[in-house]
Amino acid sequence: MAHPVASTSTPAPDRVKYGLAFGRLARRPEAGSFLGMVAVLLFFGLFGGSGFMSAAGTASWLNIASEIGIIALPIGLLMIAGELDISVGAVIPAASLTAAIVSGHYGLPDWLGITAALGLGLAVGFLNGLLVTRTTIPSLIITIGTMFLTMGLTLGLTVMIAGSTGVSLVPAPLTKAIFGDYLGGMFQVTILWWVVFVVGLFWLLHISPMGNWIYALGGDKESARNVGIPTKRLTIGLFMLSGFSAAFVGVSEVMVYQSAQVLAGQSFIFNSIMCVVIGGVLLTGGFGSIVGIVFGTITFSIVNQGIYFTSMDPNVGSVIIGALLLIAVLTNDTFRQLALSYSSKKGKRS
Amino acid sequence: MNDKPAILELRNVNKSFGPIDVLHDISLRVRAGEVLCLLGDNGAGKSTLIKTLAGVHKPTSGQILMDGQPVTFAGPREAQGQGIATVHQFGGTFPLMSIGRSFFVGVEPTKGWGPFKIYDRKRANEIAVKAVRDFGITRIDDGDRLVGGLSGGERQSLAIARAVYFGARVLILDEPTAALGVKQASHVLRIVNEAKRRGLAVVFITHQVMHAMAVGDHFAVLIRGAIAADFRKGEKSREEITDLMAGGETMADLEAQVEGYMETHEGHPPSPQVVQGPAAP
Repeated sequence: MAHPVASTSTPAPDRVKYGLAFGRLARRPEAGSFLGMVAVLLFFGLFGGSGFMSAAGTASWLNIASEIGIIALPIGLLMIAGELDISVGAVIPAASLTAAIVSGHYGLPDWLGITAALGLGLAVGFLNGLLVTRTTIPSLIITIGTMFLTMGLTLGLTVMIAGSTGVSLVPAPLTKAIFGDYLGGMFQVTILWWVVFVVGLFWLLHISPMGNWIYALGGDKESARNVGIPTKRLTIGLFMLSGFSAAFVGVSEVMVYQSAQVLAGQSFIFNSIMCVVIGGVLLTGGFGSIVGIVFGTITFSIVNQGIYFTSMDPNVGSVIIGALLLIAVLTNDTFRQLALSYSSKKGKRS
Repeated sequence: MNDKPAILELRNVNKSFGPIDVLHDISLRVRAGEVLCLLGDNGAGKSTLIKTLAGVHKPTSGQILMDGQPVTFAGPREAQGQGIATVHQFGGTFPLMSIGRSFFVGVEPTKGWGPFKIYDRKRANEIAVKAVRDFGITRIDDGDRLVGGLSGGERQSLAIARAVYFGARVLILDEPTAALGVKQASHVLRIVNEAKRRGLAVVFITHQVMHAMAVGDHFAVLIRGAIAADFRKGEKSREEITDLMAGGETMADLEAQVEGYMETHEGHPPSPQVVQGPAAP
C-alpha cells in the first residue's frame, strides 16, 4: 500500500497539497481516459497534418462521436449498474425503419413516425429489463436474444410491408432541422443532442440521489436491495433508457441520410462498449463516470477517423483501437488501485 | 444485571431446509448493553442462525420475540425496520464507492425540491465522517475516500457506525475480526464495547476466544445446530472455552457425546445441561 508520496517521512507543505490533489485526481474514474484522449489528440495532431486539425477534420470525428456517444452513455450507466446491452445494434435500424415506414412509406406525419420509433426503443428496453430482472440469465445473453429477435422482426416486417430491405424518407424541413441538419454545412445537429444527453445523464448519475443507487446496484445487487433501493425498477429503467437512446440515434440517422437500411447499426454494439471501457468504466460494475465515457468516446472517434488523415494504412486504425482498449483497461486498473490505496496525508500520519 | 428485559429473544427455534434440520431448539436472549458471543465451528449452523435473526429465513417452528412481543419478519428489510442490523465480515459492501455515498446508500440526503432534488455530498460526507470518528476511528477524515481504500477494521467500524446512526438496537456482527490482524481486531473490539456502552444489544459471532473474552457478557457454543454450552462471563476459564471452541480433543468428545445422544433420542439434540463440555476442574 506504500504510496510514493506517503513514503516520504516529512513532506514539505506544498508536497502535501500536491499529494492531496493527486489523490483526488486518481480517485476519478476518468483520470486514465483523460490521459489517453490527450495522447491520441497529440498523435493525430502531429501525424494527421492540417487536415485533421481543420474544421472538416474535426467535424468528421465529432459526427461519429455524437452518434456513438448518445448510445455509449446509457450503455455506460448499465455497465456501472453491472449489466450489458447488446440489443442496441438491432434497435438502431429497427427505429430507423419504423420511422421510415410510418412517415415515408405510409406518408403519415413525421412526429408520428418519430414517436413510434422511440416507443419501439422503449419497448425493447422494457422487455430486456423485464427478462433480466425476472430471470437469472445474464443480460449479455438476454440482450443477444432480443437483438436477434428485433433484427429478424425488422427484416421480415420491412420486406413484407415495403417489399425491399431499404425504405426512404424525406423529412419535413422542421424535422430535418431538429434531427438531421448540418450546422455550418458539416457539423451534424446530433452533436448538440449528444450534449443534451451528456448534461442530462451527468445530472442523473452524479448529482441526483438516483446516481448513488446505480453505483450501489453495480457494486452489490443483494446489498442494494437490502437497503431498500428498488433494484428491479431501476434496472428496467436503465434498459429502457438505452433502448430509447438507440432509437434516438436510429431516428437521427434516418433524418440525416433520408433512408433506412435493415442491416445498419451492428458496429455500434462493440464500438459503444469500447468507448465505455476506454472511458474508465469497470466492466463488472460499480465504477465509472459520465465525463470518462465522453473522453472514451472522443478517443475512439479520433482514432477511428484520424487514421484517414495520416499516410498510414486505414487498417492500422483497428490495430490502434485494439491496443488502445488494452492499454486503457490496464491504466484504468492502475488508477483504480491508486484510488483505493490513497489516503490523505493527515490520515497516514496519525 | 440479569433483570433487564431481553430486546431480542429466540424461543425453541427450529429451522430445517426440506429434510435437513439445521437448527435444533435454539433459545437465546440478548439484552440492551450486553454482548452475546456465539461460538462454533464451520457448519455448526451459525450463518443460518444469523440469517434467521436478520429476517432472511423464517424459523420452521419456535418464536422470535422483540421486547417480549412475538414478531415475524417478512424479509431483511423488515428486520432492519425493527432495528436489527447485520454487519458482515467485510463490512462495507461497495468498495468502489466513497465513504459518504456508501454510508447513505438508499437514504441519500438531498437538497433542493421536487424533481430538482440533488444529492447533498457535503452533508453526507460530514455526517458519515463524524459518525465514524465518534466511534474513535480518527484516521477517517475525508468522506470522499473510497471504502475499498480503508483497512478491514476501519470498514467494520464504518459499517457499525452506519448501523448505529440509522437507529439499530440489535447489532449482529458476523465474524467481524476473522480476517483482521491483531491491531485492527482490537479497533473493532473497542467499537463493540462502545456500541455496548451506548446500550445496543450485540450478537457477536466469532472463532477467536480472545476476542470473545474481551467483549462478551454471555456465551453460547453452537455444535451441529444445537446449543451445546451456554454460560455467562466468568463461569468458564479461557482454557475451557478454548477447548470448547478450538476443536481439540474435548471438542471431539463433545461431538461424540452429542451424536451418541442424538442416535438414542430419535435425532434430538441434548439440552445444554446434558453436555457441559470438559468436566469443570
